[in-house]
Amino acid sequence: MSASPHVVISDVTRVHGSGETAVTALAGVSLEIHPGELVAVMGPSGSGKSTLLNVAGGLDRPTSGTVSIGGDTLTDLGPRDLAKLRRRRMGFVFQDYNLIPSLTAAENVALPLELDGSRARQARRQARHTLDLMGLMDLSDRYPDQMSGGQQQRVAIARALVGSRRFVLADEPTGALDSHTGEEVLRVLRDRCDEGVAGLLVTHEARHAAWADRVVFLRDGVVVDTTGHRESPDDLLAAGEAAR
Amino acid sequence: MSVRSGLMALLAEGEKYGAQLRSEFEARTGATWPLNVGQVYTTLDRLVRDGLVESAGPSDAEGRIAYRLTPAGHAELGDWWTTPVDRTSTPRDELTIKLALAVTAPAVDVQRVVQTQRTATLRHLHDLTRLKRESLGRSEGAAENRVLGDEGARLGDRAEPPVAGDNGLAWLLVLENLVFAAEAEVRWLDHVETMLARRPARAASDVPAAAGTTATRLEAAVVTSTSFGGALS
Repeated sequence: MSASPHVVISDVTRVHGSGETAVTALAGVSLEIHPGELVAVMGPSGSGKSTLLNVAGGLDRPTSGTVSIGGDTLTDLGPRDLAKLRRRRMGFVFQDYNLIPSLTAAENVALPLELDGSRARQARRQARHTLDLMGLMDLSDRYPDQMSGGQQQRVAIARALVGSRRFVLADEPTGALDSHTGEEVLRVLRDRCDEGVAGLLVTHEARHAAWADRVVFLRDGVVVDTTGHRESPDDLLAAGEAAR
Repeated sequence: MSVRSGLMALLAEGEKYGAQLRSEFEARTGATWPLNVGQVYTTLDRLVRDGLVESAGPSDAEGRIAYRLTPAGHAELGDWWTTPVDRTSTPRDELTIKLALAVTAPAVDVQRVVQTQRTATLRHLHDLTRLKRESLGRSEGAAENRVLGDEGARLGDRAEPPVAGDNGLAWLLVLENLVFAAEAEVRWLDHVETMLARRPARAASDVPAAAGTTATRLEAAVVTSTSFGGALS
């Protein structure tokens, strides 16, 4: 595990609209996520949780401040380079899985690699490898309608992390699942982070946020509190060793 | 918690010594409610006095006496299993009292009180989740050895390492109960915070009657919501 952060969000402000109708969704938010660390974001509706996720994932640009992933500053990149970085370096998990119904689990997981130019055969091999790592090989030939919601979401996490992606962003990934299945999905996400992936999880469920190393509270676009903050890189390394 | 009924439940499974009852009680409940030996023997004495338990024979070479349930004890235990636990009495809860007072007290930053408590409860929930994860990992044969937070370490120290099988399941159920309680508390705190946000700015000195009315409503909500939260746990 590296002691330097994989994700650095620095003094980010996002204002929607302008003039009298301007709405400040984020106001001076800073956040770092290290490899192997899962950070949960909580807060009431309209507090800026989803905006933070979108800005961290390069889906939205901050009005001011910077976001960097693995040393690359998203705010310096043009649309094409930003899209490439998103394809190669990060993966998204949403509440409603978003698997393509006409593709098997393995084909769904392989899809981001194929879109990024990998040959189909190589992409499928890599997809199966990822499914195998996550204990999901028995699902690889199933279509989405042959899987439960929890199984589909686990496949969606595999899709988010196939290849060399080391940053996963999850927006209410357990929102459509019952409590028990939701926890199983969280375990998969947690396991991936223990293997070195950096994770950002937006949730309104305290029991799901509890799977994260840290919980960041947002209110009115401002971080009002953080739990479980690691004080030093040594602490981080110690936790990483313990996780092995 | 009725220690008396708990010991009777263990004795229903067969004769046991006092020390055995203590260790089994703790193992079966994840050592969340530790018993001391004195408590066990005092309870056993009362059960014998009431004709619900009897000694199974003379003391052995080490001076230990085994106990067993009498038929009356079996009957009372049967009643205990089928009688719901009384939830109508509201236990005194420091947090509820603190917030009920805070919403009416002048010069108290209630939002800060809520936020500080929520942070602490989430930390507790986080530690419980770690323990749960370890327990699940153990039951799946994937031994883990992770560093716990302060609260987790405290619980971890008290808890015997959960063993596979029924005792592991019992420990998980106890952990889940604590998780549900912490989760309910966070939800209640969110609810209180939302009510605070919707409340007009407090200006007791300017409009005492109006502020008092709102504060009283909020105070009632705090107490009512706690009762609901308590029922969840």
